Amino acid sequence: MNAILNALRWFGQSEQWSGPDGIPQRLLEHLWYSGLAFAITLVIALPLGLALGHVRRGRAAAALGFAVVSSANGARALPTLGLLILAVLLAGSGVGPTLVPLVVLAVPPVLVNAYTGVRQVEPQIRDAAEGMGMTGSQVLWRVEIPVALPLVLLGMRTAAIQIVSTATIAAYVGLGGLGRYIIDGLKRQEYDSTAGGAILVIALAFLIQLIFTGLHRLSVSPGVRLSASH
Amino acid sequence: MIAAPADDEPLIRWDWLARNADDIGGMLADHVYLSVVPVVIGLVIALPVGLACARWRWIYPPVLAVTSLLYALPAIALFVVLIAFTGLSHTTVMIPLALYTLSVLVPGVVDGLRAVPDHVRQAAVAMGFGPLRRLVQVELPIAVPVVMAGLRVATVSNISLVSVGALIGIGGLGELFTDGFNRDFPTPIIAGVVLTILLAVAADGLLILVQRLLTPWSRQ
Repeated sequence: MNAILNALRWFGQSEQWSGPDGIPQRLLEHLWYSGLAFAITLVIALPLGLALGHVRRGRAAAALGFAVVSSANGARALPTLGLLILAVLLAGSGVGPTLVPLVVLAVPPVLVNAYTGVRQVEPQIRDAAEGMGMTGSQVLWRVEIPVALPLVLLGMRTAAIQIVSTATIAAYVGLGGLGRYIIDGLKRQEYDSTAGGAILVIALAFLIQLIFTGLHRLSVSPGVRLSASH
Repeated sequence: MIAAPADDEPLIRWDWLARNADDIGGMLADHVYLSVVPVVIGLVIALPVGLACARWRWIYPPVLAVTSLLYALPAIALFVVLIAFTGLSHTTVMIPLALYTLSVLVPGVVDGLRAVPDHVRQAAVAMGFGPLRRLVQVELPIAVPVVMAGLRVATVSNISLVSVGALIGIGGLGELFTDGFNRDFPTPIIAGVVLTILLAVAADGLLILVQRLLTPWSRQ
């Protein structure tokens, strides 16, 4: 219980709220790195996953699809800390090399969920859309993506949470952000700073979870939500 | 800032690996222990929780909300919060991993049990199976593939997450990462990444084998 009290006291200290090591600055850094990595991830993974799910004919498409699904399972085995350290040792410290592992770990969940989401759209629905005279891209945008949206959002949420927690670990290789409190606190054995940082990171993860729950409510069509709950 | 290794310095120094094989073996054993025990604990807790959720459906939505929140918590944050309670011990690393396992497996158990076709359940009832015998001999075996899929996900991600524990000094193979970083020396890091991946692949293969043994009817 003392630990929690100490962490609360840490939040109350005025030096935590201003300057380069203050919470607002560290939070902004964390959001900036994470946002950047998330944006790059989406640009790479979303178009690729949706397009691969949409194209169903041909052996090449099937082989690529299989590769996509295996990549997600494979990515889970990659140790984040090892990749971060390796990137920094081989390419130098700084934001650029650190972003590479963040993106590498976040691409697979987005890719796979976009792919399987579109892939799992029932053939009857697709046939009906084609029968109504929709073109390929109309089928994708008006039918497949709306139906796949719950899974697409799930992949994005997984990736966002993965990025935020890996960005925390990246403080070990010199990145700023909320992870600094944890890593520096461990090094100096100042466990109230460590616990304070941990609480901030946990709050951020909760917030992301909430944002995606909200996005799900706002953007998933009521009909899709209804069929998913059965 | 940190320069790439000089030209005469190879990326991997095999002689270093050979000299430290014993230490690396110890870390590997530690890594297996740290990742497998939480899977077992998670499974032991997830089974009754999943059964309860499948039986009383109204429990499931709140349980699912809790497990998906648990899964979102960054491992490093949980480790350092737990230091205050369990110190710098193996337990500190294993509790969060057990929680992650739990949050993957509970939906797995529930989905697996829900996947049992109704006519199969009714056939078991018609053959005079009581609730317990029906569960053990009919429903759980049918649920095995879905549960095993969750178990594979949990095992593989635990194996990769253990190394984060190296930041608090308990990380199995992850200690190769911090060691290599402190000495600006890539060999242990590459060895650690490769061994972690190999361990994950081996564990996954073992679980696939177990699944085959548990579901002989699915073999053609």
